[in-house]
Parts: sequence; C-alpha cells; structure tokens
Amino acid sequence: MVDVALQSSQAAVRTARKQSSLRNLLNRKSTIAFLMALPLILLIATLVIYPAFYAIHLATLNKSMARFVGLGNFEFLFKRETFWLVVKQSCIFAITAVVFKALIGFIVAHFVHNIPAKGQRKWRGMLLVPWVIPPAMSTLAWLWLFDPSYSAFNYTLGLFGAGPIPWTGDANWARFSVILVNIWVGAPFFMIMYLAALKSVPDQLYEAAAIDGANWWQRIWYVTLPMMRNIIAITTLFSLIVTFANFDIVRILTAGGPLDHTHIFATWAFRVGIEGSDIPLGASVSLFMVPILAVAAIFILRDISKRGNEA
Amino acid sequence: MSRKKLSRRQFVAATALTSAAMITAPYVRGAHAAGKLSIGFWDHWVPSANKASTDIVNAWAEKEKVEVQIDYIPSQGNKNLLTIAAEAQAKSGHDILAMPTWWPHAQSELLEPMNDVVGDLIKQNGEPNGTVKYLGQSKGKWLAVPASVGSQIKGPCSRIDLMKKHAGIDVQALYPAGQAPKADSWNLEAFLKAAEACQKAGVAFGIGLGETSDNVDSAGAFFQSFGAHLVDEKGNLTVKTDAVRQALDFYKKLIAFLPPDAGAWDDSSNNKWLVSGKGALIMNPPSAWAVAKRDAPQVAEQCWTHGFPSGPKGRYAPYLGYFWGTWAFSKNKEAAKGVLRALTTPDAIEKMCVASGGYDLPCWEKLTTLKVWQEEGPPKGTLYHYPNPHNHQTLSIAAAPAPPKIAQQIYTQATMTKMCLRYAQGEAMEKTLAWAEGECEGFMRS
Repeated sequence: MVDVALQSSQAAVRTARKQSSLRNLLNRKSTIAFLMALPLILLIATLVIYPAFYAIHLATLNKSMARFVGLGNFEFLFKRETFWLVVKQSCIFAITAVVFKALIGFIVAHFVHNIPAKGQRKWRGMLLVPWVIPPAMSTLAWLWLFDPSYSAFNYTLGLFGAGPIPWTGDANWARFSVILVNIWVGAPFFMIMYLAALKSVPDQLYEAAAIDGANWWQRIWYVTLPMMRNIIAITTLFSLIVTFANFDIVRILTAGGPLDHTHIFATWAFRVGIEGSDIPLGASVSLFMVPILAVAAIFILRDISKRGNEA
Repeated sequence: MSRKKLSRRQFVAATALTSAAMITAPYVRGAHAAGKLSIGFWDHWVPSANKASTDIVNAWAEKEKVEVQIDYIPSQGNKNLLTIAAEAQAKSGHDILAMPTWWPHAQSELLEPMNDVVGDLIKQNGEPNGTVKYLGQSKGKWLAVPASVGSQIKGPCSRIDLMKKHAGIDVQALYPAGQAPKADSWNLEAFLKAAEACQKAGVAFGIGLGETSDNVDSAGAFFQSFGAHLVDEKGNLTVKTDAVRQALDFYKKLIAFLPPDAGAWDDSSNNKWLVSGKGALIMNPPSAWAVAKRDAPQVAEQCWTHGFPSGPKGRYAPYLGYFWGTWAFSKNKEAAKGVLRALTTPDAIEKMCVASGGYDLPCWEKLTTLKVWQEEGPPKGTLYHYPNPHNHQTLSIAAAPAPPKIAQQIYTQATMTKMCLRYAQGEAMEKTLAWAEGECEGFMRS
C-alpha cells in the first residue's frame, strides 16, 4: 500500500517536472528564436539544402543519368586540361577581384568617412549605385563599352591616338575586363561595410594615438585595422564565396572566351551541363567549388573565433 | 420556417445520379472535350511569326475541341535549353516542346517516337534533308517532328556592290534569281582572294571565331568542304588527318583577312558588321538583311544571300534544324500528334514561312521553292537561293557525321573554331591537333 502511494506520488512529480521543463523550454529565449527562425530554416532547407544534395546525387551519375558512377565524374574532370584551366582562372578571378574590391572599398570608405556629415548621405547613395543595379543589366552596358568592333573605350582611346584594345578578344585583356567589372560591381559592398566599421571606431583611440605622436599610417595600422579586422574577415569570406560562384558577369561579357580563358566554375558548369546536355558533369564542376570555399571559410572563421576569444 | 428533410432514398438517388454524370461527362462532346494540351514554341525573333503559329494551332484546337495553352520560350539566355533540361529532370512539362538541333538526341530516351507522324509527312512533303535525318532520327526512330519555324541555313550574305568593286565578283551572276547557280568558279581559292581584297579595301568579311553557333557553323562547313571530321560516324577519332590539317591551313590564311577582334565575336557581331556597312560578307540566315531593311535600307538593297564556296570535297552549307518533340510522359500524346500534323501541312508551313519573312526554312524536299523566297526584297530575289532550291550545296551541320551525342559536345565546346584560333595564333599544328584529340576523347564518355 505504501509502495503504491509512493509510486503515484513519484509519477506526479515526474509529470510536474516534465511540464515545468517544457514550460522552461518554451520560455527560453533560444527556443523562441528557433521557432521564429523556423520558417526561414525550412525555406533554406527547401531551396538550398535539397538542391545541394540533389546536385551531389546528380554528380554521381553517368552522362545519361542511368547509372551510378560514384566519383567517376570527378576522376574524369581531373584528367581534363580545360578543367584545370577553369580552376586556375576561378582562383585568379576570385582572389584578384576580392583583393581589389577590399582595397578600393577601404580607401573609398575612408574618403567618405572624412566627408562632412551633411553631404555624406549623397555620396554614400551614389557610390552604392553599381552594387544596387542588377549585375546582368550593368554588365550589358559594360559589354557595349567593351564591344569588339564598336567599343566606346576604343573610340575614346582613338581620339588620343591610342588603341584599339581587344578588351574581350585577347585572353589577358578579357580576364582583365571581367575582373574589372566584378570589382566595379562589388567594391561598394566593401565600402559600405568598412564605412560602418570605421564609424564604430571610438574617436578616443585616434586622440590617444595622436597624443602619442602617431602618424596617419600608424593610426591606420595600429588603430583602424585592428578594430576592423573582424568585419574585413567576414566581408572577405562573403565576397570570396559570391565571386567564386559568379556567373552573370562572365557569361554576358565573354561567355568564357576567348579559347576558354575566362571560364570560371559556374560558366563552365553551364556550358557543360546545360548547353552540352551533360548535367552530371556540370553538377560535378559546380560542386568542385565546395571544398575550395570550405577551406577558405574554415581559415577565416577560425581566425575570427580566435580573435573573439582573445577579446 | 419549414425545414425539408432529405430522406435516405432521396440521398441514394442523388448520389447515383451525380456519379453517373461524372463518369459519363468526358464522353459528352463539350467545348474542350478532347482535353488540354500545352505547347512550348520557340519565341520567334520576327514578331508576326508567332501569330501565324498561334492561328494555326487555335484553328486546329477549335475543330478538335482541345484546350490549348501556348508559351513562347525565347532562346536569348538559353531559356529554351533551360526549359528542356528542367522538364526532362522533372518529368513534367509541356506536351510539345520546340527543341533546337542536338536536343532531340540529347533527350532521346525521354521522347515519344514520332515515326507515324513523320512517315505521313514524308509522303506528303517529300524527304527531309540529310541533316534533319541525322539530327532527328536514332536507330530508325524519329525522335521529334522537323519544324520549319526556327530552321535555317547560315550561308553567305554578300554585299553586291562591295564584292563587285573590291573583289571583282558579281554574286548575282553567280547566283541569279530564279535560275540555277552558275557558281563553279565560287570556290575556296576565289573566296580567299575576295576576303583579302575586301580586307585591304577596309570592308573585311565578317566571319567570327568565337564560341557561339554562327562561328561554329561557318567553321564546320569549311571543314566539311575539305572532308575534315574530328570524329567519324562510327565514333573513331579522325583529328590527325591530312584533311583536318588542310582545313586548319585554310583557316589560318582566312583569319589574316578577318577583323582582328573576330575571336570575341558572338552571334550578334556578324549581324552588326553587315548592318553597319563595315563588311562585304557574313555567314548568316536572312535575319541580318531583315534588320538592315528596317535600320539601314541602303545596305539591305545591296545584300544577296547565296551558296557557300566549294572545297576539295564539295560544297557544304550549315543547316540548323528545329524540332517539335513530345515527351514520353506527356499526358495528351494523341492530341500532340494531331496538332503537329496540322502545323506541318504545306499550307501551314507556307503561312509560317511568309510570316517570318522567309527566314524559316522547311526541310522537306517539296517545300524549298515557295513564293516567299522568290518575291522577298529589296533587291528582288535576294532570298531566292537561301533555301538551296537547286540542291547546289550539301546541307550539313558542324561536327557531323560524328554520333550526335559526341557531335553535340564538339559543337557546344566550339572545338573547331578554337583549333583554328590556336593554330592561327602561332601554336604548332601537331600541338593543336593533340589538344583537339584530347578534347574529343573526353566527349566520348557515355
């Protein structure tokens, strides 16, 4: 009898504990945050995770998609000269573009930061225009500027007795052109991020540095850059991913030519997968970006968390 | 307020009546008794051309009581190719879909055989040309129905005045309107001389060396006139042959007379070259001439579309065939076949050709002498030789006769124009051939 009473009271305690732990769970901020983010998580799962796994599945099939070939497509790609050309070009394209975007963004952000507050908004707005216009549209304008036969740049150069330059006809000039347009489109993003970071650097630090006799370079090196480094790292990572996966600029400007010398992963994947009706190989080319970007992400994010711990 | 109660007997009777009505309804001939049909046509660049196909389809739909939905899918940005790929992946989509050149073969496993429809069309319209058989047939099975809409020959379109003045060639005398060609002297040697003369006069031939279709088609026709094939019909590599070497040597000479930026040309570059008055010849269907008619009439009235120059192994011209395919998973295959028959009657084909200003080119033996090509102008007769009415040249497509799935890769990757460009830029012949052989080996994966 005593045993029965004891058991029922234990069960009641367990139920009460369960209810209170559920209540606690629901009251927790992290749970509410999770529930509120759930629609977005589901959206990402549908639009990103499912296609990603589907791409992996496709990459393991043969050309007619009737047979499982494991890593056969990657093995095939590794033997192709054009594939390694594309790897090389994607790295040149992404790294050069990101470095210059960061550099130009940093310099312009300083200029804008030093403009009196009254006129700053206008400049910020104007400088953001290249980033705000859909790249497919602005690249069409660039295409006309670089047009092989009717280039406005060459016309202008001709007035000074220079040129014509084969902007999209020569391998090196074509690489320069696609990188230039990518920098033009992407630099404002760096500028606005760096400007936000600059505004958050306390003035007292600069005042202290000035009292210590620091020149402008020392102020940048010892005050500005350390205060901005997390923003720089995140912006670089984000831009690296986006630039590596770029499609529209190269597709519109050169379509990968001349002689495949401007193809990057996305454009070559499209050429092979859609235009060449070899979807599994196209998927394999696209997926090759993942390990490269994953390595970059690990290094950059590890550095950020290290700095976070130091702070 | 009285409330009427439904008795059990009434309920059973009503249910039985409703069920009977629902079961018998499809057999009652209503407004759309024969079901629904969705069609994805190629969005023609000539605005009025779409209307002609819409009218034909609507007239058929009204007669057959079929509810039809037509989508016009542009080829700009390869939207049509993306649609084909997406529908093939989803195993769902249009009942009829327009497919350019290589796509019937690329999707051969997923297409409904069309032997019955094409068999009847052959009886009605005559044999289709060899390129269409090559692109549309696999192991005796017609993969799709040859479409006139979008099909074209990309032959030379010359400036009558500039060719006469600078190269001493009267293209109208070589290809007189209404008569068989008198073009025995129009060979590769004469072509090179004319190219040189026009280049020196500042009106170079506008032949591109980029990776898009127009450039690849020209290279393909020149290669074929030397008998140069990268892969033969059995799938054997034939890159390192004398014919290919001769073709490369010819192209190297030709490139010296082409615009220096030809390596960056796309499919619009040659059109602009002609319309702007900068060039004496381009390789294109009459679309450039049609644009010139609107934007530069003084240029248009000097344009003459004619045949390719002949080479050691014959006279070849690129024919790009369009097809209408029906997916094996289509829900209304019979209706699809019905409308395809309606779209391929001689009257319908003529109507669509006229609507396109003579641009569309049926592949059928009996339909290469329609009035539209005799009458279009200015100058009158400019399109007379466009449909190859006297079978003066062999119609083909770049990379043929390789098995179509390999040829598609050679074509899409522009292997031939790349070879020409590499060699012309100073690469050793054997190195260029070795590179091309490696590429073609890769294209053979199954």
